[in-house]
Amino acid sequence: MAEFRMPSLGSDMLEGTLVEWLVKPGDRVKRRDAVAVVETDKAAIEIEVYEEGIIETILAQPGQKIAVGAIMAVIRTEAGKKAETPEKATLKDASQLLAEGASVPAEDKEKKLPSIPEVEARRIKVSPYARRLAAERSVDLSTIAGTGPDGAIGATDVERTTATVITQPAEKAPPTPIEETPREASQKEAPPAAPAAERHAAKDYQTAMRRAIAAAMARSKREIPHYYLQMRLDMSSTLRWLESENLKRPIKNRILPVVPLIKGVSLALRDVPELNGYWIDDRHQISEAINLGFVIALRQGGLIAPAILNADEKCLDELMDAMRDLIVRTRSGGLRSSEMTDATVTVTNLGDLGVETVYGVIYPPQVALIGFGKTMEQPWAENGMLGVRPILMATLAADHRATDGHRGAQFLDALNRHLQEPSNL
Amino acid sequence: MNENEIKHVIFKILKRIAPESDPSTLAPDENIRKTLDIDSFDALNFFIGLDEEMGVTVPESDYGKLNTLSEIIPYLSSRIG
Amino acid sequence: MTNDVMQKLTYREAVREAIREAMKKDDRVFLMGEDVGRYGGCFAVSKGLLEDFGPTRIRDTPLSESGFVGAGIGAALGGMRPIVEVMTVNFSLLAADQIINNAAAYLHMSGGLFNVPIVIRMATGGGRQLAAQHSRSLEGWYAHIPGIKVLSPATVEDARGMLWTALEDPDPVLIFENAGLYNMEGMLPPDIGPVDIDKARIRREGKDISIISYSASLFKSLDAAEILAKEGIEAEVIDLRTLRPLDETTFLDSVARTHRALIVDEGWRSGSISAEISSRIMESAFYELDAPVERLCSAEVPLPYARHLEEAALPQVNKIAALVKKMVGTHG
Repeated sequence: MAEFRMPSLGSDMLEGTLVEWLVKPGDRVKRRDAVAVVETDKAAIEIEVYEEGIIETILAQPGQKIAVGAIMAVIRTEAGKKAETPEKATLKDASQLLAEGASVPAEDKEKKLPSIPEVEARRIKVSPYARRLAAERSVDLSTIAGTGPDGAIGATDVERTTATVITQPAEKAPPTPIEETPREASQKEAPPAAPAAERHAAKDYQTAMRRAIAAAMARSKREIPHYYLQMRLDMSSTLRWLESENLKRPIKNRILPVVPLIKGVSLALRDVPELNGYWIDDRHQISEAINLGFVIALRQGGLIAPAILNADEKCLDELMDAMRDLIVRTRSGGLRSSEMTDATVTVTNLGDLGVETVYGVIYPPQVALIGFGKTMEQPWAENGMLGVRPILMATLAADHRATDGHRGAQFLDALNRHLQEPSNL
Repeated sequence: MNENEIKHVIFKILKRIAPESDPSTLAPDENIRKTLDIDSFDALNFFIGLDEEMGVTVPESDYGKLNTLSEIIPYLSSRIG
Repeated sequence: MTNDVMQKLTYREAVREAIREAMKKDDRVFLMGEDVGRYGGCFAVSKGLLEDFGPTRIRDTPLSESGFVGAGIGAALGGMRPIVEVMTVNFSLLAADQIINNAAAYLHMSGGLFNVPIVIRMATGGGRQLAAQHSRSLEGWYAHIPGIKVLSPATVEDARGMLWTALEDPDPVLIFENAGLYNMEGMLPPDIGPVDIDKARIRREGKDISIISYSASLFKSLDAAEILAKEGIEAEVIDLRTLRPLDETTFLDSVARTHRALIVDEGWRSGSISAEISSRIMESAFYELDAPVERLCSAEVPLPYARHLEEAALPQVNKIAALVKKMVGTHG
């Protein structure tokens, strides 16, 4: 048996609202299948499963707010046929989980030790009193979403569960009392819980996203000693090459200038991997995969930076497709959990509106952010000659705990080198 | 296709790209990208839309000339077959 | 004055009346300390007593804490019932050897032969812009020492009633009077008698959290409870009254009802009485807890002189309310 838990879709996420299940009990799932849609402060996200098996029990109901780490469903895996009750599993402590990680098959291990380990290995926190109450009332703690600090289960959570169990047939309202919505209207419509929750989510969406951005950015400026480096890049060869490439293509397959920039960044990160990864628990964790978060602004305000997974391995056409797809899905909903959590570095491009230089704020726990301004024709002296060239200001904001200016300089130098050889991108 | 029909198609494409916006309020000389907050991906999608809906393929070198309705409409009407 | 008419009294007057009553009841009682006689006491507690009882029983001493506390111990060993006033807890450090090495240890070291029935009163606490050397709250520190009792009367009633009980105790008792409370008024029946010194009191009942406090912090806690009540949080507020021996039954029972505990203490948090209380809750009421025990103590700095900094360093009503709200969280 394996538990499917609410994943953390960002270092600042505490809980998510289940919008819908994409699977039902009895369905067979495999790794990376999207199984549910969850509304976070940022967006509606399709969350993925990392186990192979059959959905045994579904514990969370649409409309419910679920703490990060709380169990949402139980999956019957091929390996774990010996019936182990979910509660027993819940009570395991982190060290036990890790010890098990050493003996499970390779595929399982990947789930146990994901890229941000602090998130998935989190054990359920239960206050001593809540644990005693749950025992007295025979409540299965693994079925409860905690609302205390860090998603801890407190006595009120246990009490609420026992209360809703008793009253459930009468009213299927979401467990957390939200503000009053027109009752009659929502009751006429078929499913009563979800629309109310959705409407609420839509209404507070902007505020919630603003709060999420506020939390992440304030934490960044509070904790991360940023250093900034900037370099003027001569874009002549890249743009000349791109223009000739695009001439050969139908309009649908044209590549935007930001795409070679993204590829250049990915390749430069291969050369200087220290800027690709995280700073967690006073430790620099370099990521092998280059998952490049690309900042997408929403017209109504706010932003999302979903990840282009393994950007360095994609050719320009694949990158263009990936970015187009991400932008559509970011703006219409339907991002997947791995795209929300797996970014190892972030790129932001503000050149469209004429900004010259970007001084970025790093998205924790990442350690670097690369900013691009507008490409503008500027005087450029070279070999004693003055010419006019398309010039782009590239900036690097990096975490000084993880790297020093020298590494940052090497990165910008590598970026420049790759962009001067566009045909190799 | 008369000017009005062209304008109608342009609005339809813009609405698809920026559903929150109301393109019909655009003044003829307003910069569309700035007013509707359209980025380079949106702009490319706009030109793809023109290609699909009207069969006009705008070369990259002309992108810079097409910023307002009063620039785009004559450009298109002179190229529709 | 008849017995059913309540009398308005300041904390200062309550202490004075307690001394006066003790002097009248028992001629072995005398008051000794710096400026207690002709000056009337640094905080005017003993004003008028010299006139009433004369210089043999209201004795001015030199500026020598070690000397006059030692003399008090000697008098107690000799059969007297001295009340020794050390101006403030800050200066009691000069007498720490007498208090800790002598008064607290004699009964033990004499094999149970010699009790030391001394009462030592001192002012304590900050909040009056007197800077680091005159603003300490070291009562929790004295509560570390076996062999003495440590009282911290917060209410006018306790200021009036604890002294006699302390004088009747055969062993050394330290009474800490928070100087910020001297002007506080309270209503007392005129025939108010001695009060016990071994039980904490619940000063406000509530079901959501136990705020455990003493002395001046008690009133900040009560004010915070008032604010919290308006937001639907019912805080129980406990007045410890005596820091040694600690009446743990009262706060453990309270935590068993509320399942949350916050300790508000003007002392510093490291190695403090608040740490002791937190430990005892963890030892004896762990399975009752629905949230980690929290403490609100003074910032770990010598108390600043500047008013805004001093206020920021001390526990305050808004901080208590905010912390409680955080602890009670999604309550209800």
